[in-house]
Amino acid sequence: MTLLSIDWFLLIEKLILIAVIIFASLGIALYTTFAERKVAAILQDRPGPNRAGPFGLFQPFADGLKLIMKEEIIPNSSNKFLFVLGPTLAMIAALMTCAVIPWGDKIVAFGRTIALQIADINIGILYVFGVVSLGVYGIMIGGWASNNKFSLLAALRGASQAISYELAMGISLIALLMITGTLQLGEIVKQQMQPNHFWNVVYQPLGFLLFLICAFAECNRTPFDLPEAENELNFGYHQEYSSMKLGFYLFAEYINMFISSVIMATLFFGGYDIPFFDEAKHADWGNWLALAGVICLMIKVVLFIFFFMWVRWTIPRFRYDQLMKLGWKTMLPLALLNMLITGAVILWLKK
Amino acid sequence: MQTLTNRAKLVERKPLSFIEKAYLWNILKGLIITFSHIFKKKPTIQYPEVKRPFSPVFRGLHVLNRDEEGRERCTACGLCAVACPAEAITMEAAERLPGEEHLYREEKYAARYEINMLRCIFCGLCEEACPKDAVYLSETFAGANFNRESFVFGKENLLIPNPKTDPEGYAKAKGIN
Repeated sequence: MTLLSIDWFLLIEKLILIAVIIFASLGIALYTTFAERKVAAILQDRPGPNRAGPFGLFQPFADGLKLIMKEEIIPNSSNKFLFVLGPTLAMIAALMTCAVIPWGDKIVAFGRTIALQIADINIGILYVFGVVSLGVYGIMIGGWASNNKFSLLAALRGASQAISYELAMGISLIALLMITGTLQLGEIVKQQMQPNHFWNVVYQPLGFLLFLICAFAECNRTPFDLPEAENELNFGYHQEYSSMKLGFYLFAEYINMFISSVIMATLFFGGYDIPFFDEAKHADWGNWLALAGVICLMIKVVLFIFFFMWVRWTIPRFRYDQLMKLGWKTMLPLALLNMLITGAVILWLKK
Repeated sequence: MQTLTNRAKLVERKPLSFIEKAYLWNILKGLIITFSHIFKKKPTIQYPEVKRPFSPVFRGLHVLNRDEEGRERCTACGLCAVACPAEAITMEAAERLPGEEHLYREEKYAARYEINMLRCIFCGLCEEACPKDAVYLSETFAGANFNRESFVFGKENLLIPNPKTDPEGYAKAKGIN
């Protein structure tokens, strides 16, 4: 009988939520590839893909189909198990971060209050960092298992970049966490929703800037896309990959971009908070208010994703020494300075 | 140093200023430039639906002409083949038999007339050499294909539609709209 004491409805509710969020993330990543091509085209005075379906809207499906239909090649001299594990790990690590993100307020359905968050754990942001760091293993394992020296070099390049910028990212975040006093993402959003409290970007502009730059580096986006380097540096760690395994790597990159946009919106731009609107006064709107919050979060995320692309099609790639110099000699001292100043100000205000 | 004109400028190699080193301001300027391109007019022509107008002297694929009664003009004199700098044209002559007067204008005609479109350089010298106004270059150009053989155009590809039986096709091939 102890088995039946599990809250089965909670289980079903969470399962549905997980399925919805994973499929939504995949769908958004799918259409991010399309948006990337479209944005690139428009910034370069071209119309972009417009043949498949109205406005080329079926283009991502055609691309996906093409990737699946391609021959799956596993190099003879590669480590077969690790070769498959690489893209799998990249994909899993990218998708796992969705678990702690608060997508919206609570909704009431079937007589139950459902939080639009899979798990509101009290170490939310630490969990995100832990899982995002796992993505480096996807790069390393993929590059190493290919048994190709170019892949290995690119993997090393990518891993050292990710580790260098994770440091500055973590420290820039500590300053934010000193203000919020909690690691729980749901709590951080609720603080920003209070009427007399601005979004965290107002209190932490430098922290946000550092976090944004580090997010670019973590997602391997231009100007930090040295691990990929499609055209000149021999393509990078996924050089030996083909078919859907390559697709998974590319897909994981877009999911990472989506997730880091969500995290930035949540931490610095109030998550599902509707700007210039007091949610507490309109609590009687119920589910519609929660839905509006979700849409608001999505708008913020779309703007961030557009910014990612906009930067990509504006500035060229860093040289490797410039990248390391920026990471260790500029980002890290600035992040430390930001942390110290924030700490000092908090101490002074409390006195 | 003596300069030829006084327009010569020395290359400046000043060290970067703080703003340039900080990089962010210049990135912002670049972002504004790329953003302004969103509102620029796109010069793309949506090809299969919209076609760029050709100039009247455009030299496209060849057409073997017919006269107003639908008879082939070509007499297989071979002047076009001689004129061709790429040696793309070959032909075989045949004599007109009694009862074929409605098919061929003169007593001699081309039984086989081939142009290798992969050799052809579309210079238009065949058109200039032709004394019978039989071959001329149209406003269509070669399509894609999977094998090289299909680019050797025979009479079936080259001949203009008969103005008697297919006046619309004739007008289209002639470029009369």
